[in-house]
Amino acid sequence: MKEIVVISGKGGTGKTSITASFAYLGGADVVVADCDVDAADMHLLLQPDFARGEDFYSGELAKIHPDKCTQCGKCAEICRFDAISVVDGLHIVDPLSCEGCGYCARICPTDAIENLSMNVGKWYISKIKTGSIMVHAKLGIGADNSGKLVAKVKNEAKRLAEETNKEYIIVDGSPGIGCPVVSSLSGASFVVLVTEPSVSGLHDLKRVYELVHKFNLKAGCIINKSDINEKVSEEIEAFLREENILHITNLPYDEQFTIAMTNGQTIVESDSNGLKQKIADSWDKIKQTIN
Amino acid sequence: MKIAIASGKGGTGKTTLSVNLSAYLAENEEVVLSDLDVEEPNSGLFIKAQLLHEEEKYKMVPEWKEDQCTLCGICQEVCNFHAVIQLGDMIMVFPELCHGCYACSELCPADTLPMVPKKMGMLKHLRNDKLSFIESRLDIGEEQAVPLIKQSQEYVEEHFSDDILRIYDSPPGTSCPVIEVTRDVDFVILVTEPTPFGLHDLKIAVETMKELKKPFGVVVNRHGIGNDGVLRYCEGEGIPVLAKIPNDRKIAELYSEGKLVYNEVPEVKQELDKIITYLSTLKQGGVQ
Repeated sequence: MKEIVVISGKGGTGKTSITASFAYLGGADVVVADCDVDAADMHLLLQPDFARGEDFYSGELAKIHPDKCTQCGKCAEICRFDAISVVDGLHIVDPLSCEGCGYCARICPTDAIENLSMNVGKWYISKIKTGSIMVHAKLGIGADNSGKLVAKVKNEAKRLAEETNKEYIIVDGSPGIGCPVVSSLSGASFVVLVTEPSVSGLHDLKRVYELVHKFNLKAGCIINKSDINEKVSEEIEAFLREENILHITNLPYDEQFTIAMTNGQTIVESDSNGLKQKIADSWDKIKQTIN
Repeated sequence: MKIAIASGKGGTGKTTLSVNLSAYLAENEEVVLSDLDVEEPNSGLFIKAQLLHEEEKYKMVPEWKEDQCTLCGICQEVCNFHAVIQLGDMIMVFPELCHGCYACSELCPADTLPMVPKKMGMLKHLRNDKLSFIESRLDIGEEQAVPLIKQSQEYVEEHFSDDILRIYDSPPGTSCPVIEVTRDVDFVILVTEPTPFGLHDLKIAVETMKELKKPFGVVVNRHGIGNDGVLRYCEGEGIPVLAKIPNDRKIAELYSEGKLVYNEVPEVKQELDKIITYLSTLKQGGVQ
């Protein structure tokens, strides 16, 4: 079983549209994992049935019980996150500032502080329109995207792929270089970088690739909207050669991407301007590279 | 006045709006633009300015001093983030997992885990006439954006007086880094695109702003593609749509070259004027 993780560094490069297209092309051979839990959009293209859902708890939040609290102030003194303040003579915790380190509860002389487990969202196992399975999640509002929910989604996808003898897991990763991305990358067989030829696209590609390189992962790159700026596109290609990153393909700037999305479809479900063939060839190229 | 420019979905035009709005405003008044998308800071690619100052940014993490350690295991027990682990007769610290709570360090009975500074990123302070630009950049391998965002906001607070307009370019999404950027601002501009992805992520961003009790408005970017779902949603929810930036390949091309667009595309300037008018009405309405 191989795990293909699609990331982009920068948002809005077409990562999810391309990932969903691979999922569609892979059909029954593929378990899909949407690890972009902070802006999970793949369900809009793959129509999961949300058949099974479960709450996800991760991390803690301090709560001070006023009946036991003597207002000694030790908790506020040691809190490095300024999460404890005095309101109307009572010590209270600001849930947005609390990091859940639990230090205050440990040093409270009257055991007045409790650590509550935090519900950070919900994760689902769904059947999707390709006949296969998708694991996905919804992160709660303002929740700590520490990467644990991402890891949960990935591990469940892995378990299901093993149980049902699927050949591939396709993972839609998140933007940036922080915890959720690190979680998305762990265990990857191959990383697909989706970029665009803009100064921002190139800048973010280089940063996220540095992370990929740090984990010693094999990678390939799709340059989307390549005709928007031929010069930057060439710079990206030069970067790929230099770093020995497989150049998978170039895709033109095409509003068919938006039209397909607006219809709730992946771009490969209708043959628009040759995009279907290009993406199908890319999927074959990725499979050849990792097998 | 402090304004955050945020979005649920990435790549909707946060940076485009931040840099163009800041540069346009700075033609007439002092403006501070602070790029708090520290994982992927891009505003600096569009701002031509002179570097005034740069500094390394540090977070405090524990460092094990072997000689005094009694291997009692308290440090491992008190760390909720698995950043301190006892392996045989060794204590291992994983600084990238450390949240800097000091619990292991201060609860160690033998004082063997003093807190030491560890570099997590860089801050740059640049200036071009009336526009001040603060860029913060997280080091690759550092997983937590929030400590650097906090220190960057502190830098802005210390170096600029309250009456100067501050614009914060936020990271995408709605999780902790975004909360850190938006919690203390006076107004949030949510940038979206008129597509199903844009709408879906906008709804989550709107719920987040409601939870934070933040006043906010929406700017629709690439207006003309997709469908009217976003506009219908905003109308139904009574959310002000401050501007509609047209879908224009020229804008995408200028952006790709790292250029500002408002001087080249008159429609963009018109839309920025609408945002500026809205913000000044807000300011007069009592937001400080």
